Amino acid sequence: MATDTLSNHEGHAHEHDHHDTAGTKVFGFWVYLMSDLVIFGSLFATYAVLLRGTAGGPSGADIFDLPLILINTFLLLVSSFTYGMAVLSMNANRVNQVKAWLAATFLLGAGFIGLELYEFHHLIHLGFGPDRSAFLSAFFTLVGTHGLHVTFGLIWILVMLVQLQTKGLTDMTRPRIMCLSLFWHFLDIVWICVFSFVYLMGVL
Amino acid sequence: MLGKLSLEAIPYHEPIIMVVAIAIAIGGAFVVGALTYFKKWKWLWTEWLTSVDHKKLGIMYFIVALVMLIRGFADAIMMRTQLAMAAGGAEGYLPPHHYDQIFTAHGVIMIFFVAMPMVIGLMNLVVPLQIGARDVAFPFMNNLSFWLFAAGVILVNISLVVGEFAQTGWLAYAPLSGIDYSPGVGVDYWIWALQISGIGTTLTGINFFVTILKMRTKGMTLFRMPIFTWTSLCANILIIASFPILTATIALLTLDRYLGMHFFTNDFGGNMMMYVNLIWAWGHPEVYILILPAFGVFSEVIATFARKRLFGYGTMVWATVAITFLSFIVWLHHFFTMGAGANVNAFFGIATMIIAIPTGVKIFNWLFTMYRGRLEFTSPVLWTLGFIITFTLGGMTGVMLALPAANFVLHNSLFVIAHFHNVIIGGVVFGMLAGLTFWFPKAFGFKLDEKWGKRSFWCWIIGFYVAFMPLYVLSFFGAVRRMQSYENGDWQSWMIIAWVGAVIILCGIACTVIQFIVSIRDRKKNQDVTGDPWDGRTLEWSTSSPAPFYNFAHLPEVNDIDDFWDQKQRNGGKAPLSKPPYQDIHMPKDTWEGPLIGLFATIAGFALVWHIWWLAIVGGVATFAVFMARVFREDVDYYVPAAEVERIEREHQQRVEMQA
Amino acid sequence: MRRNPTLRMLGVLLLLSLPLLLAGCSSALLDPKGQIGEEQRTLILTAFGLMQIVVVPVIVMTLLFAWRYRRSNRDATYAPDWAHSNKIEAVVWFIPMVIIAFLAVLTWYTSHSLDPHKSIVPNEDQQEPMEIQAVSLDWKWLFIYPEQGIATVNEVAFPEDTPVRFRVSSGSVMNAFFIPRLGSQIYAMAGMDNDVHLVADEPGVYDGRSTNYSGAGFSEMTFKAHVGTQEDFEAWVDKVRESSDSLNFPEEYYALAAPSRDNEIQYFSEVSPSLYEKILQSFHAGGNHAEHMAAVTGDGHGGGHGSDSESHGESMSAEAAE
Repeated sequence: MATDTLSNHEGHAHEHDHHDTAGTKVFGFWVYLMSDLVIFGSLFATYAVLLRGTAGGPSGADIFDLPLILINTFLLLVSSFTYGMAVLSMNANRVNQVKAWLAATFLLGAGFIGLELYEFHHLIHLGFGPDRSAFLSAFFTLVGTHGLHVTFGLIWILVMLVQLQTKGLTDMTRPRIMCLSLFWHFLDIVWICVFSFVYLMGVL
Repeated sequence: MLGKLSLEAIPYHEPIIMVVAIAIAIGGAFVVGALTYFKKWKWLWTEWLTSVDHKKLGIMYFIVALVMLIRGFADAIMMRTQLAMAAGGAEGYLPPHHYDQIFTAHGVIMIFFVAMPMVIGLMNLVVPLQIGARDVAFPFMNNLSFWLFAAGVILVNISLVVGEFAQTGWLAYAPLSGIDYSPGVGVDYWIWALQISGIGTTLTGINFFVTILKMRTKGMTLFRMPIFTWTSLCANILIIASFPILTATIALLTLDRYLGMHFFTNDFGGNMMMYVNLIWAWGHPEVYILILPAFGVFSEVIATFARKRLFGYGTMVWATVAITFLSFIVWLHHFFTMGAGANVNAFFGIATMIIAIPTGVKIFNWLFTMYRGRLEFTSPVLWTLGFIITFTLGGMTGVMLALPAANFVLHNSLFVIAHFHNVIIGGVVFGMLAGLTFWFPKAFGFKLDEKWGKRSFWCWIIGFYVAFMPLYVLSFFGAVRRMQSYENGDWQSWMIIAWVGAVIILCGIACTVIQFIVSIRDRKKNQDVTGDPWDGRTLEWSTSSPAPFYNFAHLPEVNDIDDFWDQKQRNGGKAPLSKPPYQDIHMPKDTWEGPLIGLFATIAGFALVWHIWWLAIVGGVATFAVFMARVFREDVDYYVPAAEVERIEREHQQRVEMQA
Repeated sequence: MRRNPTLRMLGVLLLLSLPLLLAGCSSALLDPKGQIGEEQRTLILTAFGLMQIVVVPVIVMTLLFAWRYRRSNRDATYAPDWAHSNKIEAVVWFIPMVIIAFLAVLTWYTSHSLDPHKSIVPNEDQQEPMEIQAVSLDWKWLFIYPEQGIATVNEVAFPEDTPVRFRVSSGSVMNAFFIPRLGSQIYAMAGMDNDVHLVADEPGVYDGRSTNYSGAGFSEMTFKAHVGTQEDFEAWVDKVRESSDSLNFPEEYYALAAPSRDNEIQYFSEVSPSLYEKILQSFHAGGNHAEHMAAVTGDGHGGGHGSDSESHGESMSAEAAE
């Protein structure tokens, strides 16, 4: 879903003097993010309801590996910073710098996904997969949905790297980099919520 | 290789289904044959299927909605026939397995694939014209939304012939819809049809929200927008805020069914009450997504045909906004009998009743718009008058249901069925049919036949009362919804009356079909040359009918509410025509990606229903590939030369002058 | 007990305004046989009557205005630009607000007085209500009498004028327990201990049923409620005790819980102690209810689960009905 709005670039085919096309795209993407936030809100609510539905299985305190999650949080926070640098470079019209910062963001994001997959694999291996209890279903789904969004973000970064290579910084690629920026920071904020509500409160 | 799919999935032994399937096959073959014979395939593809023109998309939504209305109504009349027969121990002609699918399909089809596309179709057709825009904010996405919606329609229709549909009721309450209690593919059809079309609806919501906020023409401030645009704006806010909840809820049910998770299961810590809460947190705003635009239609219709400004514009807007807000804090009234505490029930009951206040105000505003007007009894006005009376009664029964203590005996009874048909037929259906008649000339350039329109109205309204008043009565005898048969023979006479009502409604639908045929036959006689057949008040009437693909040669400038009406008054009652010099107009190009994504999404959905994993992956990858092609495509727009605009405008002006 | 004479008076008056409904004197909701149902009837009629203050004028005004201001009537005033009046707007906001304010008070009051969880027995008398436990199964009702140690299927009995507390749960999907002549219904949900307090004022045999759709056998998921004197009730208990059937948890219970349609009335003279609690517990503590059921009955509700056999659930219920 995250990528649906990638396609809006033709959007405004209307008078350039009258409407601000790039602004409309970014605004549209904001609205999309708000609707995505409702999905995350539903999943957080679900998680809160099912927190005690462990059905004799483990609770959060039993399975969360906080040091690992801290590394993950760190990776994602730094990746938000590198993305911010990419946007600054874009504003300075330095296309190679943009590419470099996007590549750094990609690596950090990939590291995040890699650690998350390790965590999931480890839990499933221990017999604590999402079909073990309602709590674990909610945990895997909430964290997994965030992970899926990050994965879409990674694909999107790759697409942008290709387009920056072939097209450079144009009226088409600039708004996309801005939208991706919103998306990436949005995922960062969602992760902070996941980290606080799921992991920290789960362990405490 | 084919997952759960085998030849046994086709219900050869069900004569009703097979007859319907054969009829669809013959009809489909006829359409395909006609397209081939008249060499219209290319025309269909380039002019319609790939079009990003909001007017054409609106028409396509409406065509699908009318076809699905017939399908949904066939379900309705089968149910009424069953209940007219199955009294006092008789089994009727539909066994539960079939009957349960029919009432589920009826609800799903009527809400998602009739009412929603009518509302969205009308928004497509009208909103950009009303705000003086040349298209929506994201034209490709608009086409994509339609095709995702179409994918859902196709999946529901496939379920008729291949496999089965859900037997769970239209909201598929867990745990009945879970894998333990519904092991068949019916619920999976429900899941994928709604999930795919629901994503399309969310995209539509985003698109129109941005369109209305960002694309208004010069001088069109928020408080100069026509009421239909206002109600559409609020409906789209509701879509953006509520459809993601549906997406999440269906996704969780999917995980339960496909990956053995335990969100809504009875055991392993699952919580089915959460399903009911989530689905209604979407479901209640959903009914306002349907009714608000209908309110908008009535506002436009009544002001236009009373030749008078809408009474209390500001109040109307604030009432709409209030309803939008309140619709999010009333969902629990759908399950007062779950056993929440008295305080919780009372809170949601009172919140629900408060909605009656702005709604009541709206009704009075329509009444005072007629007051001191010059009301012409066209068929849209008849629909509006029928709506005011019927909807008021429906609102009254709604308030009765909102009293928790009364709800404890009325819930799940036929009272609920009568109530929501009272507001949905009386509100949404009447509104959409009024809107269809009202804006039809703008879409096609000729008016619909009034005689058959009025016949349709009288059949619908009489049929409605005959069909649903008995259900109110039956509810007081203790008759409940979703019964396939009943022991008490005394109920049968009321059920037969209700059946007669359904037949009268059938006559109404037939009248609409005849209306189309007659209108197309007499299109020359009913031609709308000026583009303003009703002496309209808002911008959509200022351009020709059908509107040119660029909508307006010059983007209009607006100084007040009903600005077009004022312009005509200043110009001696005549609409000012566009004047040269014209400029090049920047327009979006058509898209083949939309229909292709719809096709692959349908294939992926079908494969997921039947657990044909390789095909699901193929469908998913193909969808993604087409999407990437779109992302890398650059020739997405073009300029209409000023000379072309001038030619089109001059043709229109010549016709107007000839008529004069 | 808890009656409100003014509301009752109003209700009786309003009853006269309902000739259509009055015609059906066999109407369960308008001719209730218990205190809860009577209060609910009064409430429905009061709300109905109150709203006529708006509904009748709206209908009259619609017809009147439409006719008076029809296009051909050139005698009527025509004011095309008249679109605002503070007076009218004040009135059209004020009247609905007053009515809703009154209804809101009524809602608050009745939501508490008619709360299904609230005991009908006044606090002064220390008398406990009689307890009957109702469990919805596919597709029948199991009634357990914890004091008497008996259980029945699709038939329930209790003495008149005795407040009864029905504890309601489900051994399957969600249902709702409802005896229309007596008033309030309540959802039956697996693993949840819900309750509704009811009382019958008159002897009789009243229809009861599940009102919440629960699958193929839902239509026949009905039962009879027998209300008589204390002696009648005791005689009925004795009759149940004469049965040779027993209902032990888990084996016999799961056999009973297997899906069946249009179930016969059944009596069990011997029942596992705290059967109701055991049914509730079966959904907690991580036990896989569905597997348990399949193990005992050989074929659970979800016959097709995990197998690729049937795309039609039809055979499922048919098999089970054998």
